[in-house]
Amino acid sequence: MSDAAIFSLAGAEPAPRRRLRPTAGRLLLGLGLVMLTILVLITLLAPLVAPFDPSATSPQSLEGSSSQHWLGTDAIGRDVLSRIIVGGRTTLFITFTAVSLALLAGLVLGLLSGYVGGWVDEVIMRILDVIFAFPVFLLAIAVVAALGPTVPNLILTIAIVYTPAMSRVVRGPVLSVKKWDHVEAARSIGMSEWRIVTRHVLPMVVSPIVVATSLTLAQTIFTVTALSFLGLGPPPPDPNWGGMLADARQFMELAPLTVVGPAAAIVFATLTFIVLANGLREVLDVGSER
Amino acid sequence: MTASDPILSVRDLTARIVSRKQIVDAVKGVSFDIARGEAVGFVGESGCGKSVTARAIMRLAPEGTRVELGGSVHFDGQELLPMSEAAMRDVRGRRIAMVFQDPMTSLNPVITVGAQIDDILRRHTGLSGRAARARTVELLDQVGIPAPAQRADDYPHQFSGGMRQRVLIAIAISCDPDLLIADEPTTALDVTVQAQILRLLLRLREERGMSLMLITHDFGVVAGMVERVNVMYGGRIVEAASVDDIFRAPTHDYTRALLAAVPRLDRHGVAP
Repeated sequence: MSDAAIFSLAGAEPAPRRRLRPTAGRLLLGLGLVMLTILVLITLLAPLVAPFDPSATSPQSLEGSSSQHWLGTDAIGRDVLSRIIVGGRTTLFITFTAVSLALLAGLVLGLLSGYVGGWVDEVIMRILDVIFAFPVFLLAIAVVAALGPTVPNLILTIAIVYTPAMSRVVRGPVLSVKKWDHVEAARSIGMSEWRIVTRHVLPMVVSPIVVATSLTLAQTIFTVTALSFLGLGPPPPDPNWGGMLADARQFMELAPLTVVGPAAAIVFATLTFIVLANGLREVLDVGSER
Repeated sequence: MTASDPILSVRDLTARIVSRKQIVDAVKGVSFDIARGEAVGFVGESGCGKSVTARAIMRLAPEGTRVELGGSVHFDGQELLPMSEAAMRDVRGRRIAMVFQDPMTSLNPVITVGAQIDDILRRHTGLSGRAARARTVELLDQVGIPAPAQRADDYPHQFSGGMRQRVLIAIAISCDPDLLIADEPTTALDVTVQAQILRLLLRLREERGMSLMLITHDFGVVAGMVERVNVMYGGRIVEAASVDDIFRAPTHDYTRALLAAVPRLDRHGVAP
């Protein structure tokens, strides 16, 4: 426990609210939030921000940077910057939806197996272990290849792939929190198990879940673009980052910007959630169990 | 039913704790009565079964275990052991309430103390909103929290151990229970604070006419608090007597050993 925490426990007087000092964690969290805001704003306002129609072709193909096309054009003369901006929508939509589903499934399964325990725990964890045992990409490729590369299938696949990890993140702290005295105290005043879980267990495990979700978002962006790169992403002509990279790599020497642009976007988005996760980890004081 | 009927009548109560690793017979046939408004002490060393007996009455099992109960627990005209879990939840907190040993961990650290009292009021009394809030402040005042209206919005970590125990007592008495079970309510507290908490329990019991089941390992605690004492050892009650008789003429060897273990200022010897 830190000195500050011991100090605040010792006094019966309510501690005056101190001004937040800029610790490393808070700076990191601030940076992450700024990056997230930029990412979300550009994505939401994509049609307004993009200078060109992302699917409009032109005779000027594989051009370098110009005042008109900041990041040049691709093989069939489409504006790279516009495609990155609009393509982010697809990639990030898949990412957010998939991670939300994984989070939801992880919450339900993790709480159920952690709190109820016994054979319920055994059954859930063994099934998740089987999914967990597969390498992420192999499983994702197999499922998408079997179901077909559509956006809903991609979302479902990625949600399934990340559910075991999310469930484990939820289950771990639940296992210890359910033994805490305040849970028994809540039971002793006649609270229902449902209310105990939602009011006295779940709030105690929010911090690690928030951090894990942010990290999972970073991983998922990577997974989505990688699957798209392999041709298992959403079908053309709608742009997405992974698909753009795949199209551009044959012309890498001729027009390096067509590769650098989407790659930079992927790095920025991934970095956003990594920075955010680390900032949250510091600020929320989550132990480094992972 | 007459007023002289005991509020709680326990007969041949057994509790077998079944966990993954082992099976323990924690309570091996315990019988006792608690009259309306009476205070009864349960004294014994750690692991003698006194806490398990208290939890058995409320049908609470330690986390990760299952407790098989036998015998009968008769409470105010109802048999508790065969009751459904839902019916039991209506008893817990409203008819029988419990104060726990460690006030530092028995409150939810992320919810204000006022909201935690509101919770039980809403659960059992149907009070909500402003009425519940008013009752909460009143309860905090009754247990001796200064500036209760302001302190209700504070979090548990802003309270000292003694103040938190007062909050737990406020929660326990919030629905006017007939029986209050206090499981080592002062063990985790400083000696000076212990005395304050015991005085508070004594006062509330007199004001409300509650019955009190006071569990402790400390004979000093039961002395001014209860009328009768049950001494427990190895899952059984080995001696049951009035508090005066226990101190004046203990009959069981174990009781004498326990009394001899109480450190005294007027005798020389090695400090325990």
